[in-house]
Amino acid sequence: MPRIWSAGRLTYLALTLTAILSVFPIYWMFVVASRTSDAMGQVPPPVTPGGNLGANIARLFANTDAYFLTGLINSAIVAFTVTVSVVFFSTLAGFAFAKLRFRGRNALLLVIVATMMVPTQLGVIPLYLLMTKLNWNDRLPAVIVPALVTGFGVFMMRQYAGQAVSTELIEAARVDGCNTARIYWNVVLPALRPAAAVLGLLTFMTTWNDFLWPYAVLNDPENPTVQLSLRALSDGYYQDMSQVFTGTAIATLPLLLVFVVFGRQIIGGIMEGAVKA
Amino acid sequence: MAVQLDARPPVVPAARHARQSRGHRLSRFDTRYSPYLYIAPFFLLFGVFGIYPLVYTGWVSLHDWDLLGAEHTFIGFDNYTQLMGDPDFWHSVVNTLGIFVISTVPQLLLALWLANLLNRQLRARTTWRMTVLIPNVTSTAAVAIVFAVLFGREFGMINWLLDHVGVDAIDWKANRVASWVAISTMVDWRWTGYNALIFLAAMQAIPRDLYESASIDGAGRSRQFWSITVPLLKPTIIFAVIISTIGGLQLFTEPRLFNSGTNAIRGGPLRESQTVTMYMFENAFAPHYNFGYGSAVAWLLFALIAVVAAINVLILRRLGGVRKEDD
Repeated sequence: MPRIWSAGRLTYLALTLTAILSVFPIYWMFVVASRTSDAMGQVPPPVTPGGNLGANIARLFANTDAYFLTGLINSAIVAFTVTVSVVFFSTLAGFAFAKLRFRGRNALLLVIVATMMVPTQLGVIPLYLLMTKLNWNDRLPAVIVPALVTGFGVFMMRQYAGQAVSTELIEAARVDGCNTARIYWNVVLPALRPAAAVLGLLTFMTTWNDFLWPYAVLNDPENPTVQLSLRALSDGYYQDMSQVFTGTAIATLPLLLVFVVFGRQIIGGIMEGAVKA
Repeated sequence: MAVQLDARPPVVPAARHARQSRGHRLSRFDTRYSPYLYIAPFFLLFGVFGIYPLVYTGWVSLHDWDLLGAEHTFIGFDNYTQLMGDPDFWHSVVNTLGIFVISTVPQLLLALWLANLLNRQLRARTTWRMTVLIPNVTSTAAVAIVFAVLFGREFGMINWLLDHVGVDAIDWKANRVASWVAISTMVDWRWTGYNALIFLAAMQAIPRDLYESASIDGAGRSRQFWSITVPLLKPTIIFAVIISTIGGLQLFTEPRLFNSGTNAIRGGPLRESQTVTMYMFENAFAPHYNFGYGSAVAWLLFALIAVVAAINVLILRRLGGVRKEDD
């Protein structure tokens, strides 16, 4: 093995420094969340957890400006619905594009790839007008429905289905009298499961994280997503940092949990996608 | 094997019996039309909530269109003419480009360096990869709030550290360039590890014997990196640059939450860190609700993204060419 692949002490030192920089802001967020609000003014800044987390959480959930509990529940509803929908429609369309023959297939696939390059956020103003017409402003369908499908999801599932779903198996199922829907459900979906799981995780995290569109369309402070609760906290309670940081910590926690459990799969998904794209 | 199978006639012709059973007709209907049924949900939903708004933005931008006015008067390109002479708009363009340059260049260089480290034979490989990806899986809003505090003028940890090396306290929010640096730091913190993994994936696809013959020829580590790794990574680098351009020029959450209180959407009292997307919001939603003007901003931002992406690709192409000739 040539020397360039070996990892010397300097490599580990550099990686350790990177790791500290990556983790520190998150760690420090939890430190401040567990202390009283005068932790902010202390010199040197405290870097170990304190014992005030419970009191901060209580104060946060009792805060009548942030509607934090509503925000958490709303975000859970939105992220869960969107994830199930994106995975279902993406596997369905990805299967069709990879394994079924129909007229216009390549042209339509090209349209999907093109949509991935267009910053759809730029349509927020007409989307807002549309929501006003539908009377969905300030209500959850306004953030759920536009997110139910993504070009990225369809493309990712199409790439994966091309290699993971065996054409012989599909043909055999057809000979046995399966219709296309049965084939999707019994042959294709099981084969797509690993990639579908990664797509689901990425979709959940993106949706949970979304700020711009909810910020535009959910203007009722009593019905926020959790990210909007954070904005309310940060704009209104800037002095009480331990409460604000308790909010940011709780809003980050579900993402960190997902990552700790499924990190390996997420990394695999990102890296595989990079090579194929 | 699958390829050979594909060479067979695509659809087994249905038996041409005089009487076709109902089952046969159903199954032909199924194979012919179910593909369309399966892709229809995507195109329907995306058409209504993705494409239509984008096109309609153009239509709205040609009108005098606000929240209260019942009439939406067609005014042609007046909104665009007005924007061209709007100093606040150009101010936000400069902010956006400034933040974009300060964040993207170090970010991609750092990501290359980090990918190169991760590409070595490491113990606990997955743990290192997970650690560098952690920033990317946190809540953007949460991180923006945390960094806004880290960059605080009086009690911020960054100023406290700078004080130790003899740098006077910086007012990160009130100084325009300093606010760009602070916001770029958040963006880089979030995206460097992600891009490093993308580069790492591409690096692992490079055949190792290329490096072996290079080291036999006496090329050192850094020489190999610049003469083999980087040129072969060019498609991936271009991909990463385009993605960063699309994302970076639309930057919103970080600068919005870096600021707080009444002037937040303006990016501070003197618009120190207002990006184009924030300027679009300020005009299209509270407090102005001028949808026409906001839509014009959106279209110009779209044009800006296209132009900057094209320039980046051209620069990268040229850089790669020169490098090859040098070596």
